[in-house]
Amino acid sequence: MEIKVLGPGCPNCRMLEEIVKKAIIELGIDAKVEKVTNIIEIMKYTMSTPGLVINGKLKHSGKPLPSLEKVKELIQQENIKG
Amino acid sequence: MLKEFAGYVTYNIINLEYGSRPADVLDFFIYDTIKIFFLLTLIIFVISVIRSYFPPEKTKQILSHKKEFIGNILAALLGIVTPFCSCSAVPLFIGFVEAGIPLGVTFSFLISSPMVNEIAVVLLFGLFGWKVTAIYIGTGLLVAIFGGLIIGKLKLEKWVEEYVYKFHNGQEYEIVRQTSKERLLYAKENTKDILKRVWLFILIAIGIGGFIHGYVPQDFLVRYAGRGNVFAVPIAVLIGVPLYSNAAGVIPIVYALMEKGLSVGTVLAFMMAVTALSLPEMIILRKVLKIPLLGVFVGIMTVTIIAVGYLFNAIL
Repeated sequence: MEIKVLGPGCPNCRMLEEIVKKAIIELGIDAKVEKVTNIIEIMKYTMSTPGLVINGKLKHSGKPLPSLEKVKELIQQENIKG
Repeated sequence: MLKEFAGYVTYNIINLEYGSRPADVLDFFIYDTIKIFFLLTLIIFVISVIRSYFPPEKTKQILSHKKEFIGNILAALLGIVTPFCSCSAVPLFIGFVEAGIPLGVTFSFLISSPMVNEIAVVLLFGLFGWKVTAIYIGTGLLVAIFGGLIIGKLKLEKWVEEYVYKFHNGQEYEIVRQTSKERLLYAKENTKDILKRVWLFILIAIGIGGFIHGYVPQDFLVRYAGRGNVFAVPIAVLIGVPLYSNAAGVIPIVYALMEKGLSVGTVLAFMMAVTALSLPEMIILRKVLKIPLLGVFVGIMTVTIIAVGYLFNAIL
């Protein structure tokens, strides 16, 4: 599974990255987490950061941040499909 | 009722001497803390529900067909209700430019958003009443509208980084439809999120405010920063510009200072300088704006904020 955290590097984006990493560990899933900081790359998906992309699909964007539970749910949805 | 409760705790439970300074400080602290947190929760929840109707993608869509002036007014209004993280300023800016929104209109949006700060609204309402709050929102909007109009008239497009204009991905971002339940959930999460970030600042600030209330002599500030001092406003603004992120914490303190003779215009100008102009935001905006445009932006904002300060000192 491929997960991207979109954000130019503000506290919110870093926090989302932490949440995602924690979710992966707790779910025990093998996933690659990539941090996307390039604005042009980010804007392929969304205008409002922080953004969460799982397997190429935008799953969350903007504030407030999704909770750990919500992120787990989003990851699992994709995990079942893939 | 709240007043009685604060008094009851101060004089009956903790048993402080009536009219003594520590009692004054504690009374002020308990009363303000409960009032502010109650208002904060309520108002932020309501604002969050409203915000769920205006995601940035929709705001872009609304503004993309508008001319200047009408566009500036709309942009200033939308700036208040569109939720965005300060780090989104860059992608939003690029998205707006790509959608053909004029530079001045984009600036009206970028100015009003931090200018009319929801936490400031709550604190002003709780501490000063609805009149000062309405004035704050009104002037914030005016500064945003005129700041944007001036930047638009100056034709400063050449000072926007070139790559912004080359950017075309033609991507239409999807506007996620939410159910009422999702909106309420979003509002709840957002309220929790904001409270979590600001509660300590506010508590400390109310504490300092209480201390000033009890211990600083009544005419202390009148001598230095009262109405009579013509430099009070620019000095307050110059102090306010480098301060940031403590918008929540600063207001209870200036409230107490106001009791000691700081005038409303000076306070408003100081607050606007704190919330609307900040170094971190300038660093973020530097990614899309060249230094001269950034300078013009800061210059216009500083001058307008100082003007607002003088205006209020003159009429109130």
